[in-house]
Amino acid sequence: MSVADPHPDSPVNPAGVRQYDVEAVNRGKKPKLYKGREPIYPRRVHGRFRTLKWWIMGITLTIYYAAPWIRWERGPYAPNQAVLVDLAGRRFFFGPIEIWPQEFFYVAGLLIMAGVGLFLVTSAVGRAWCGYACPQTVWTDLFVWVERLVIGDRNARIKLDNSPWSARKIRLKVTVHAIWLAIAVATGGAWIFYFADAPTLLGQFVRGDAAPTAYITVAVLTFTTYTLGGLMREQVCTYMCPWPRIQAAMMDEHSLTVTYNDWRGEPRSRHSKRAAAEGRVTGDCIDCNACVAVCPTGIDIRDGQQLPCITCALCIDACDDVMVKTGKPRGLISYTTLADYAQNAARAATEGLEAARTKQVLPGWREVMRPRVFLYTGLWSAIGIGMLVAIMVRDRLDLSVAPDRNPNFVQLSDGSIRNGYTVKIMNMEPTPRTFDFGLVGLPGGLMWSPDIHTDEPARRFMVPVPPDQVREFRVFVKTEPADLEEVPQPFAFRTFEMGNGRESAETPTVFEAPQ
Amino acid sequence: MSEKKPIDEPTGTETTGHVWDGIRELNTPLPRWWLWLFYATIIWAVGYMVLYPSIPLLSQGTPGLLGYSSREALQDDLIRVSESRSELDSQIASASLPDIAANPTLADYARRSGASTFKLACVQCHGSGAAGSQELGYPNLNDDAWLWGGTLDDIYATITHGVRNETDADTRTSLMPAYGELGLLSSKQISEVADYVLSLSGKDHDAAAAAAGAPIFEAQCAACHGADGGGNPSLGAPRLNDAIWLYGGTHDAIVAQVTRPRMGVMPAWSPHFDDATRKKLAIYVHSLGGGQ
Repeated sequence: MSVADPHPDSPVNPAGVRQYDVEAVNRGKKPKLYKGREPIYPRRVHGRFRTLKWWIMGITLTIYYAAPWIRWERGPYAPNQAVLVDLAGRRFFFGPIEIWPQEFFYVAGLLIMAGVGLFLVTSAVGRAWCGYACPQTVWTDLFVWVERLVIGDRNARIKLDNSPWSARKIRLKVTVHAIWLAIAVATGGAWIFYFADAPTLLGQFVRGDAAPTAYITVAVLTFTTYTLGGLMREQVCTYMCPWPRIQAAMMDEHSLTVTYNDWRGEPRSRHSKRAAAEGRVTGDCIDCNACVAVCPTGIDIRDGQQLPCITCALCIDACDDVMVKTGKPRGLISYTTLADYAQNAARAATEGLEAARTKQVLPGWREVMRPRVFLYTGLWSAIGIGMLVAIMVRDRLDLSVAPDRNPNFVQLSDGSIRNGYTVKIMNMEPTPRTFDFGLVGLPGGLMWSPDIHTDEPARRFMVPVPPDQVREFRVFVKTEPADLEEVPQPFAFRTFEMGNGRESAETPTVFEAPQ
Repeated sequence: MSEKKPIDEPTGTETTGHVWDGIRELNTPLPRWWLWLFYATIIWAVGYMVLYPSIPLLSQGTPGLLGYSSREALQDDLIRVSESRSELDSQIASASLPDIAANPTLADYARRSGASTFKLACVQCHGSGAAGSQELGYPNLNDDAWLWGGTLDDIYATITHGVRNETDADTRTSLMPAYGELGLLSSKQISEVADYVLSLSGKDHDAAAAAAGAPIFEAQCAACHGADGGGNPSLGAPRLNDAIWLYGGTHDAIVAQVTRPRMGVMPAWSPHFDDATRKKLAIYVHSLGGGQ
């Protein structure tokens, strides 16, 4: 060859023609970069888990909508709403408990309990949060129920979607979306009642003179409820939510999960009788796809454990129904741990399908009663009891003292030294209280306050504090340098409640003087 | 594109061909709504650019259709703040100082507002804690010693007219003769007077010298400082029988002051601050602990 071969590595076919390893880029068969949502039409199902889900939906929704309307008598100086987050007043009311901002760690404690609670539930019954209690699941369930009520079950909905636009289709669609929107407005509406007196706010809201925040909050929550519950649904679980990923890290081989028992299901056949006549072996699965039709996230559980499965167990209900009809034992799809599944599968391999089916290990208390569960229960209860005890013994009176930093001390003309302090007495009870405020230590020390006690300097004076409020005041203390044992001289302010004298508080501080 | 992308067996999804530590990256298609969200953010950004100042040009940025400017927003905020205070300020302007001090709402507002003015105009000399400076001769405003009087009205008058201020006809003014520099007293006499002054507040002193200084004090000093050294606020003559010494309480410091006196000055604030602001300052200074 006279010309240098530009592709020395390309193979040459027997005819002497060079072959190129190339693919047409614009062939029109590129992999898709984006995937549109395919609508899912969950079929109605009856059974144990469906009933449980209805109950949980009813209870959680009732709590959500009704809680702000429960009244709780706290006397004339505090709101009478049982659950109230008073952001403007920086108070949180929950039944008999009132929390001030500096006690926010109780809320942090509740969040920790919620976190440990999720671990506990996951250890005991698997990914139950997603399938039963998650608001996304509850509201989606509610929205699907509305669809079924207005249009009909799965087939009716598919048929309507595939039919051309008509007056009937428009009427049904508009009805569904109108009800969804109404639910969404109610959902956003219920939320704001947690942050203000519910009856008052409802009146203001309807008359149009509630705060703009209220309307914006309702608008945002209406939008999210309608979009996430009506339009996005399983997309939230599959793509947006971090919980399925976290959940995967918390599962082990003893965690309950919705499992297709392929050892008794496969090979699946729609014609098991003909197959039996032909002498072929078939599994229990008759490939009726009932499990797929009822699935709210549109997966096939027979593909195995997977991220979009929220373990709502509706496929168990659907399959058990079919197993009863075909005269097979329930549990082709069941809550099963990986360990039990492996045991069942091994028995099926060694002792045969029939033996394995009759001896199928199904979950029971054994799955729930395990060390991890006890550990989490202990931890969860310990935090809960700790918080309860802390709430019961906590102070409803607090005394904080901030000594002046600039100047540290002031020389007075008679030779004595004066220190200034900013004192706060927190009366955390919804009743007005008067406190005795005095010096502890600092012999010879006398004090006065331009805000409260302007008479002759004294060792103690009375401080009335309004209900549920902080009283801040300046205190000047003076003493003769000769009376100081050391510099700075430690001493304390002490305050106790007058009348029944139930509560007291003492806060140490120092008296500064020239060295 | 000559190679076919490998397919991941369990999922049937194409992989990108990227491998880290044996882990291959799935080329899962994005959900389409994600793409819509991306477009929505672009539309949002375009709307934002059109409505608000966005593109920097040579002298200033594009103004935007809404005509928003952070300077104007700040101006609006400041106007809103002063409007929100105008009610209290007009009450303070029309009330007497003792009446303001007796009204908890007005007093509290005056203290806070006065503190903020103090930090603007007074801290340069008197310090952020109003503790003054003995080295530089700026009085401490926390204590109970007042050169020109410590009542609310006295403090207000000092703030308004200043001290030894030539621009204000009503300014606080007085003059201490430079006894040493002008040769009015000999250095021995000055030293004896200093010992006598030390004796007034019970400090360590030479008793014999103090006895010799007593008649000099009576002749030269008592007219302003008082026979007992009790001072005279109307003349700005400090008390000499207490524990507070603006220019130092040692024998040397007193000798220096008698020989060539230092006399403080202070600006008159009436040209700079309105009546209400000066009243608030007076209330604040009075509240520091030494007010009379």
